Amino acid sequence: MRTIGIVKRVFKEMLRDKRTLVLMFIGPLFILSLVFFLFQNTSQTKTTLVVRQVDSELVTALKNDHLRVKSIHDQRAATTIIRQHDYAGLLTQKGDQLKLVLANSDQSKSTVIKQSIQQAQVKLKTQAAAATLKSEAATIKKLAAALAALTKSTTFAGHSGKATVASAKNYQLKTKYLYGSQDSTYFDTLLPILMGFIVFFFVFLISGIALLRERTAGTLYRLLATPIKRSEIIAGYLLGYGAFAIVQTLMVVIFTIYVFNIQIIGNIGLVILINLLMAAVALAIGLFISTFANSEFQMMQFIPIVAIPQIFFSGIIALDTMPNWLQVIAHLMPLYYGANSMTAVIEKGATFSTIAPNLGVLAVMTIIFLILNNQTLKRYRQV
Amino acid sequence: MAIISITNLKQGYGKTTVLNDINLQVAAGEILALIGPSGAGKTTLVSTIMGMLKPKEGEVIVLGQHMPRRESLAQIGYMAQSDALYDELTAQENLVFFCEMQGVNKKVQSQRIAHAAAVVNLTMDLNKRVKNYSGGMKRRLSLAIALISDPPLLILDEPTVGIDPELRQQIWHELHQMAAAGKTILLTTHVMEDAEEANQVLMIRGGEAIAQGTPAALLSQYQVTSIEQVFLQAGRDQDAHNRNR
Repeated sequence: MRTIGIVKRVFKEMLRDKRTLVLMFIGPLFILSLVFFLFQNTSQTKTTLVVRQVDSELVTALKNDHLRVKSIHDQRAATTIIRQHDYAGLLTQKGDQLKLVLANSDQSKSTVIKQSIQQAQVKLKTQAAAATLKSEAATIKKLAAALAALTKSTTFAGHSGKATVASAKNYQLKTKYLYGSQDSTYFDTLLPILMGFIVFFFVFLISGIALLRERTAGTLYRLLATPIKRSEIIAGYLLGYGAFAIVQTLMVVIFTIYVFNIQIIGNIGLVILINLLMAAVALAIGLFISTFANSEFQMMQFIPIVAIPQIFFSGIIALDTMPNWLQVIAHLMPLYYGANSMTAVIEKGATFSTIAPNLGVLAVMTIIFLILNNQTLKRYRQV
Repeated sequence: MAIISITNLKQGYGKTTVLNDINLQVAAGEILALIGPSGAGKTTLVSTIMGMLKPKEGEVIVLGQHMPRRESLAQIGYMAQSDALYDELTAQENLVFFCEMQGVNKKVQSQRIAHAAAVVNLTMDLNKRVKNYSGGMKRRLSLAIALISDPPLLILDEPTVGIDPELRQQIWHELHQMAAAGKTILLTTHVMEDAEEANQVLMIRGGEAIAQGTPAALLSQYQVTSIEQVFLQAGRDQDAHNRNR
């Protein structure tokens, strides 16, 4: 009964705090929209390589969809030229020696340049090989003709003719996508992670600050001077702020489906369930962290420690590329489980049984922090 | 039967001792004034009586139950020293909320709220948000919240701070009426006039009880004419005693 009283109070306070409401409901949509447009067409890096006294065959071979090539005759030092014009790289040739100087301020551009040079070299070698093959084939043909004239046997000549045709075969590539489609952008990868993070971040911040305010205003102490159980206060917070987290999640889900036209392959009910668990764990952690802060200002300082690192362990960086000890840390991050489940449901259509272990971990984390919260409230009332 | 019974109480945080050897008996219908300078340990004593803190030594029995005991809080009306109110809610909503927390029966809720608001003269302002209240109004609302459950024991931490003399008199009139109806009231105060209204006075200084008794008995014991002089004299005696030790 008292829990319901707390829930009602949380509702009244939240509904009157228009700015927080806007922040909580419009904020995520704004962030998602920005990210959506940001990742529409930038799936491919494009850059320019400057060449000086490089063989024209190589220059032609270098050109591809990602790389423009520009020739210059400037004789100053490569580093000076790059600094002055902000080029991504400069390639010079002296005899057989190629020298590449990269600006390397954007590693993805450096990668494109290095790959293009490798590809160009492979291309040139293949062309050379093909030319040799052609001349050899011609020689063989001539020999074969001579041989045929001599022995009247056509088998050998027929063979060599076939071999020439085979080397000129043109492969046709058709791509099928298991998940997503050819229109998939990086946004599709980011969306599930962002969804989980947004719910986590806002619930963490708002519930943490709400309890903090209640502590600094003395109302928490006053509340504990009534026969309320500590667990009833925590349950009231969980349900009250949890309800707002549900509304926030629904808005984000509906927005992504109807405005961005993102297809959610799995069950939407599961998406909401995951977000709900994310909200619960964020709430529990928010309330817990708020006991270590004495002001809103200090609460803010926990954001870079508690919230930001989670993004990096949420699947944006592939886990198996991390060193072992970092993988252990990843398994301590709620967002790792939340984002993984969300990605599985949204992109791969995972079912409940697939994500159940992840959800179980989130539930256990929530329970641990709720128990800790129940203990920290003893500071104010020892029974 | 004593409503509050404290024997040999020692209380503190960590290694610091805040209260030492406190003994106190308060009977039903009595008004006890707890006076002492700030930092003397008044609020710690109040917290211990309410069971927010476990006694380090000694025992605290309130309404026949050993404290701390969460359920006993339903029978204690508490007014905190700082105005612990929800600013975004109206006074009415604050009162309803604390009715629910205190476990007030729904049927009598509106009647209790009306009565409590009338005692502190807030009937006309119940629908205003608390953030628009003046300091005095907040103090009165805090008192009203202490009254809503019609409890047998009222614990008021500095109830008269920021309240004008006319209202102060009105509140005292109400407190005397409640005491006459058998309710027990414990209040802390700096104001010596408040102490004079009480049936019993407990003076605390440096965590120790330096004088205790009815106002009249204290005046005759110290051969002075005001409670203030009693307090000053008792304080000097305490210092002299400590020097000789």
